[in-house]
Amino acid sequence: MIEVGFSLPEKVVFIDRTMLKAYADASGDQNPIHQNEEFAISVGLPNVIAHGMLTMALVAKYITDWSGGSISVKEFGARFIKPVIVAADQPTDLTINGTVSDVDGDRIKLDLIATSAGIKVLGMSKAVVVKNEQ
Amino acid sequence: MLAPDSVGRTFAGAGAISITQSEIDAFAAVVGETDTTFAPPTFTIRISLDQFQNILTKPEIGLDWSRLVHGDQKFEIFHPVKAGDSLSCSATIESYRVAAGNEIVSVRSDLHRGDELVISSWSTLVVRA
Repeated sequence: MIEVGFSLPEKVVFIDRTMLKAYADASGDQNPIHQNEEFAISVGLPNVIAHGMLTMALVAKYITDWSGGSISVKEFGARFIKPVIVAADQPTDLTINGTVSDVDGDRIKLDLIATSAGIKVLGMSKAVVVKNEQ
Repeated sequence: MLAPDSVGRTFAGAGAISITQSEIDAFAAVVGETDTTFAPPTFTIRISLDQFQNILTKPEIGLDWSRLVHGDQKFEIFHPVKAGDSLSCSATIESYRVAAGNEIVSVRSDLHRGDELVISSWSTLVVRA
């Protein structure tokens, strides 16, 4: 029985430039701000930044690891409030936490928190899952 | 500047999009998902963003995609996507406003498999001043 307030275990994922290239290829989003440091800086960014949708995809994986695979997610949303900055030489962390905020029959609502280098990168991130016991 | 009469318009995609196993596998691999029976929850963002770009940058709509950032994103998934699916997509411009010189557009994407709605998603796109 899952109850409101239940906390999912924290997960830390590391994002590096190789992952950004792989996500660009898999998603078709080849915007140079996610791969080219010189370009990113030229448009006023501190460095290359991760795709917001990569951050969401990694949080989705965190959710589905708990809820039982890709088919268990019914709703998922987030605001992109701060970029995840990815320097060339070192992977940056994405630290993810989740809490059950509501249970309605088999539908479980989650509040997600994602930070990178201690800064919150997603706002209002919520999901609705139906647990799939595999 | 977005053409004022474009808010509320719905655009049909050019044609159905076939989902392949290799596309799902590549997307899943990035996030470390090994079960690729179904596509990961955010997989269809590619289809939706492509369609938004096609629509919003039409000369009669007039959005500048080069200064665009993604503000927020939401998915409602009615049926998970899998390889072999043929998805038709329609996109609706739901709202548009200008705040502090930034243009803020909200768009909805509906993906259908035949008559069945499989995923609706909402994106807020911001063109920076």
